Amino acid sequence: MAPRAELVHWAFAAGFLLLGLILLAEVIVGNEVFAMRPWRLYLWPSLAFGIGVLLWPVAVFFTNSTLHMLAHGSWAEVAMLAGAVQLAVVRGKLHSRWWTLSLSFSMLVSAAAFLIHEQNPWFFSRSAFLHHAIGWTLVVAAIFPLGQALQPRRAVWGAGFAMTWVVLAVMLFCDRDVAPIFGHLSRFAGGAQ
Amino acid sequence: MSSEIVGPLEGSRNRQEAERRSARVLATEFLGPVTILGGIVWAIFQPYRIVFLDPVGKGLYDYLLQPPLLVIGVGLIFMLAIAPGLIEDLRSTDGTKS
Repeated sequence: MAPRAELVHWAFAAGFLLLGLILLAEVIVGNEVFAMRPWRLYLWPSLAFGIGVLLWPVAVFFTNSTLHMLAHGSWAEVAMLAGAVQLAVVRGKLHSRWWTLSLSFSMLVSAAAFLIHEQNPWFFSRSAFLHHAIGWTLVVAAIFPLGQALQPRRAVWGAGFAMTWVVLAVMLFCDRDVAPIFGHLSRFAGGAQ
Repeated sequence: MSSEIVGPLEGSRNRQEAERRSARVLATEFLGPVTILGGIVWAIFQPYRIVFLDPVGKGLYDYLLQPPLLVIGVGLIFMLAIAPGLIEDLRSTDGTKS
């Protein structure tokens, strides 16, 4: 009695949306105010780590091919890595601002997994389209943590990073197991014969 | 230097700072409700994504994960659990600096 793939994607979309809102709030109020209550600093790294942990059962129980399992496994690993590194930074165990690059690394690995494991072209189905769109969005968005490492005081990098997760949430919410994209659905994806 | 010039300049800087802070408070206050509104608008445009309105052939997972309701839920969590503390802290720093 496993849930359909689209349902799992929507659940993770909700997690990404919350992640995006927390990051956006941090950008709006500024680091100084956000850090006034220490628990808030742990919020988004914990959420990222939690998302990584929850991706493991998805990889093991809800994937239907080795390629899908490897892709979901790699997302689980890099989400946990990103969350753990940020938790260590918040805790004061890691000090260098260059640790922010672990986020860029995580996003690039995730992007590669999205783009490599989607075997169909952009307009094969909505799901295929979203895999390509999410993959390339992550490639482009990997510049935001890099910007944060180089120019930590510029809010635009933080805002871009936050909005990335909101946009990814919207894309994941748009996902359906079988659905057309711009009116087109390949007959191999379940469209009209 | 005349305080007749320095005084108004500092006053204008303080005013700008206060305006920026109130804009931040407003933006933080609106994040949650805007998200909730997004979920409500989505539910109006795609009512079939609310299982309660179209329950035929739907299982437990469909009831647990209804996208517009998830969006509304996330907005509520942010609005009730995260935003109030942020706004309070923003206002308290405003109070200490002015």
